[in-house]
Amino acid sequence: MQVQNEMKLQIESRSVNEAYARVAVSAFAASLDPTVEELNDIKTAVSEAVTNCIVHAYKDAVGKIYITVKILENGVVQITVRDRGCGIADVKKAREPLFTTLGGDRAGLGFSVMESFCDRVRVRSAVGAGTTVTLQKRIRGRGASFDA
Amino acid sequence: MHTAIETQGTTMLVYLEGELDHHNAGGVRDKIDEFAAAFQPEHAVLDFGGVSFMDSSGIGLVMGRYKLLQAFGCTLELRNLSPHAYKVMRLAGIEKIAVLKKGKEGSENHASAK
Repeated sequence: MQVQNEMKLQIESRSVNEAYARVAVSAFAASLDPTVEELNDIKTAVSEAVTNCIVHAYKDAVGKIYITVKILENGVVQITVRDRGCGIADVKKAREPLFTTLGGDRAGLGFSVMESFCDRVRVRSAVGAGTTVTLQKRIRGRGASFDA
Repeated sequence: MHTAIETQGTTMLVYLEGELDHHNAGGVRDKIDEFAAAFQPEHAVLDFGGVSFMDSSGIGLVMGRYKLLQAFGCTLELRNLSPHAYKVMRLAGIEKIAVLKKGKEGSENHASAK
């Protein structure tokens, strides 16, 4: 699909940046005139992906998180969240609901949230090299009900 | 993120305000747990009326508090959930462990406009 607009963002894996990342991505997607619900869906999915980089990929260090947002045809927004952290040994297992390698209050629902709030979630990972999560969501927008 | 706690009889009321994500969840958890351990409530209400954003950290917060409160027989209720927060909670099946009450219509628009 042809890229109609694009932005790149690089942040450090500090939890204080979670809010900045999701707001920056949703602000960029605002050109598609999304509904409040669609914006919240995007913010939440991005928040999950970025949190994963912070608590898993760069568990014991601060590393760089690379975010790319592309506006594709038909109102599709594609968000890529990439890290050069530890990688995921078993992606299938990591995507299972309630699976978590962390104790405490992590629910193990990060990927479940991404999957239910986006149309497509792709995860590519290599141990020791890093993980790339690609999210796609079609924005129908606030004018959608009038187009139908 | 701001957390205010008050009591009504044996009920503990927690008013959450701000964005509930991984960055903020730890501080909220500590405040609730410290208060709950000392007060030993019979019923706990988490009021989400002031929560303008929530991701799965909110689910983790509720699941963790449920485990803690259950130990002394305390019931749990979530109040004033925005449509978004309600959707996130339902995704995790939180309705099985807590009573969920939605906020007023349009509250999410109001919250996210801040």
